[in-house]
Amino acid sequence: MVEATASHPVHDRLSINRLGLWLFIISDSFLFAALLSSRFFLQGVHRPAELNQPLGLVISIILVASSLTAYRSEMAAAHGDQRGFRNNILMTIGLGLLFIIGVGVEWREAFTHFPPSTGFGTIFFTLTGVHASHVLSGLILLGIVLFLGRKGRFTSGSYWGVEGAVKYWHFVDVAWVFIYPTLYLVS
Amino acid sequence: MAAASGLKPILKGLSFALVGLLIGAGLGLLFTSLTNRPSTEPVIVLGYVFALLGWLLGVGLWDAWGREWVGLPVQGEAGHDWRRFFRFTTDHKIIGVQYLVTFVVVMLLAGIASVLMRVELMAPGKNILGPNEFNTTMSLHGIMMIAVAVATIIGGFANFLLPLMIGADDVAFPRINALSYWIIPPVAVLLLLTPFFGGFDSGWTAYPPLSVINAHGQLLFLLAFLTFGVSSILGGLNFLTTIIKLRAPGMTWGRLPIFVWSIFAAALISLTATQFVAYGLLMIILDRVVGMSFFRASEGGNPLLYEHIFWFYSHPAVYIMILPAFGIALEVLTHFSRKPLFAYKWVVGAFLGIVGLSFIVWAHHLYTSGMPNSLHIPFMVTTELISIPTGVVFLAALGTIWMGRLWLTTPMLFAIAFVFNFLIGGVTGIFLADVPTDIQLQDNYFVVAHFHYTIMGGEIFAIMAGLYYWFPKVTGRMYHEKLGKVHFWSMFLTYNVTFLAMFWAGIQGMNRRVADYIPDLAGINLFVSIASFFLAASFLILVYNLVRSWARGTVASASPWRARTLEWQTSSPPPLENFPHPPVVVGHPYDYGVPGSVHAAPAPVGGGSEDER
Ligand SMILES: [Cu+2]
Repeated sequence: MVEATASHPVHDRLSINRLGLWLFIISDSFLFAALLSSRFFLQGVHRPAELNQPLGLVISIILVASSLTAYRSEMAAAHGDQRGFRNNILMTIGLGLLFIIGVGVEWREAFTHFPPSTGFGTIFFTLTGVHASHVLSGLILLGIVLFLGRKGRFTSGSYWGVEGAVKYWHFVDVAWVFIYPTLYLVS
Repeated sequence: MAAASGLKPILKGLSFALVGLLIGAGLGLLFTSLTNRPSTEPVIVLGYVFALLGWLLGVGLWDAWGREWVGLPVQGEAGHDWRRFFRFTTDHKIIGVQYLVTFVVVMLLAGIASVLMRVELMAPGKNILGPNEFNTTMSLHGIMMIAVAVATIIGGFANFLLPLMIGADDVAFPRINALSYWIIPPVAVLLLLTPFFGGFDSGWTAYPPLSVINAHGQLLFLLAFLTFGVSSILGGLNFLTTIIKLRAPGMTWGRLPIFVWSIFAAALISLTATQFVAYGLLMIILDRVVGMSFFRASEGGNPLLYEHIFWFYSHPAVYIMILPAFGIALEVLTHFSRKPLFAYKWVVGAFLGIVGLSFIVWAHHLYTSGMPNSLHIPFMVTTELISIPTGVVFLAALGTIWMGRLWLTTPMLFAIAFVFNFLIGGVTGIFLADVPTDIQLQDNYFVVAHFHYTIMGGEIFAIMAGLYYWFPKVTGRMYHEKLGKVHFWSMFLTYNVTFLAMFWAGIQGMNRRVADYIPDLAGINLFVSIASFFLAASFLILVYNLVRSWARGTVASASPWRARTLEWQTSSPPPLENFPHPPVVVGHPYDYGVPGSVHAAPAPVGGGSEDER
């Protein structure tokens, strides 16, 4: 994703990187489409009463909020505001970790009510697990961006690393916006 | 000493992989000690994932890329001799050769597997393989040939030639390109290890519930296929970006060589549909390793889900294979007919139409699987609709040859044979798209013969055309024309005898994927087996020709076919930067015989000054 060497001096590296990221997002969307369709194929709209609805709502709000801080960090980077960029990335990472902890709590409860060997558990753990692995990879990317930012690698004119990581983070959020109602709301 | 230093990246990759394997296996043991589940499969999965990471980092991902992520300068590559083929090199031409050589070898291995199968089937009863060994051999033949069919053109030919054909100096993401190649050797290792882990008797389609309950070899297969999928997705992403962003000045969409269009269409499919098969394989892995219930009916699971997900990829995947084959065949036909490509724009439309339709036909593989009958007719209709765009391509091929001054070189012969074989493959496909006939022909050798007519008679013949056509460009030497023609005629004849007979065997009731059959079918099976041995032998001529010519064939000129596309407008093999003077495209690539037409001219040197030339 941080493919930024000067192998194509004549081409617009930034627009190439952007297109590559969008294609990756399109590709990954097909994975989430497959995940969602398997939920309806196997379980229809069945929804166990034991789902922790308040917790599901809270972690959803946390993740959406993290998109906001991610956006602010990208804007700050674009304007050369290094402090604002780093603080907002840090906040995004914090919110992302909170989300992961929330999913962890969910999993603990789920193991007692609908373990992975059951029909709904199969769907629940797979959807949340695949999504959480995306969140984790997003956190690693944001961590790398924060590290490189501390070293002064991004300027207002050159911050593709920030932009790429933040766009990916938005995508992971949007994926959750589809997964959350599919698991918690339909019935 | 020289060999050791040349293989240093590979040795480093292997040692990192070993470390990864130990770490992953340790983690697997740790996790399973917390539960009461058996530990073998978790250990295999985690051990493999970490070994894969270690291999990639060690072989060059870290030096060429990873260092940048922790703020260190990346380390460049060195060497212009044979060693560069064993490195994490970012030059698309070297990666193309790496792909081509790898997959020709895989093709020969998978061919040996098919010979073993035909030996077993020469007579009823057990000959050399028991039922389990036969099915593992059959499954290995299947998945290895599928990999050959998916990756030889996109990974090999397109890597070497596509940037040249659009006048670029490399692909859009050279390091992702290198990654997509170096992720392949672990796939081969896993597949070759499967017989030592009990094999896998599920075929390359790996339907549950069998694939959930059989030996550990199945898990190795699943991991291998999943890894291969990652490579395929990365390749698709790279080529789409390259075609959209890196075309030379003047290379408009309407002037794109047809091979480039075919790769564009195929890359759209491999970018998107491949995610579905990845998910299908993941579901089986989760059922096996973690004990989930995707396919356990007692818990609400349903094996049909896998068939839907799997074919949502695997039907479009046949177009990942065949669209680039159309591209090669049309490319060769037009250059050797010395005529403009007939109905160029219609062909482009047909390619894109095939891409669209390929996503709505998958359930024709489920006519007999127990899916609702109401779905039969819709999928029959969509499937038969595909014959319209493929028919357009077929007519364009005929229109191009029509009244042309045919130059019957080896690649041209293979391209014409492609048209012939694919016609048989297409016509017999109608019987399998139709519900009533398909129910009769389901799972017998008619299906095998049809499939091989499209993929072997179609795509592999196109690959042969491409191998001979671009051999001088890739190696800088000419192949032996007489030997090439001997190879063509022996392969073409034995191929058709073998597989036409298989249609007959199928109609007589010969089932696929079994090591034994009723004595009534002994004659036809013996006939097919003997024909297939001659077919296999014809490949020896190919291998001899390629090896011999690469070593000491006559030196090729820049453009031995006097073809007009851009890859022929630079030396054979091309220099590192592809074009010493970046080309500017001024006309259509196929205007043979049009007076005064020009496809491309070198760009003015030194920013517009014409004097220096
Ligand atoms: Cu199909």
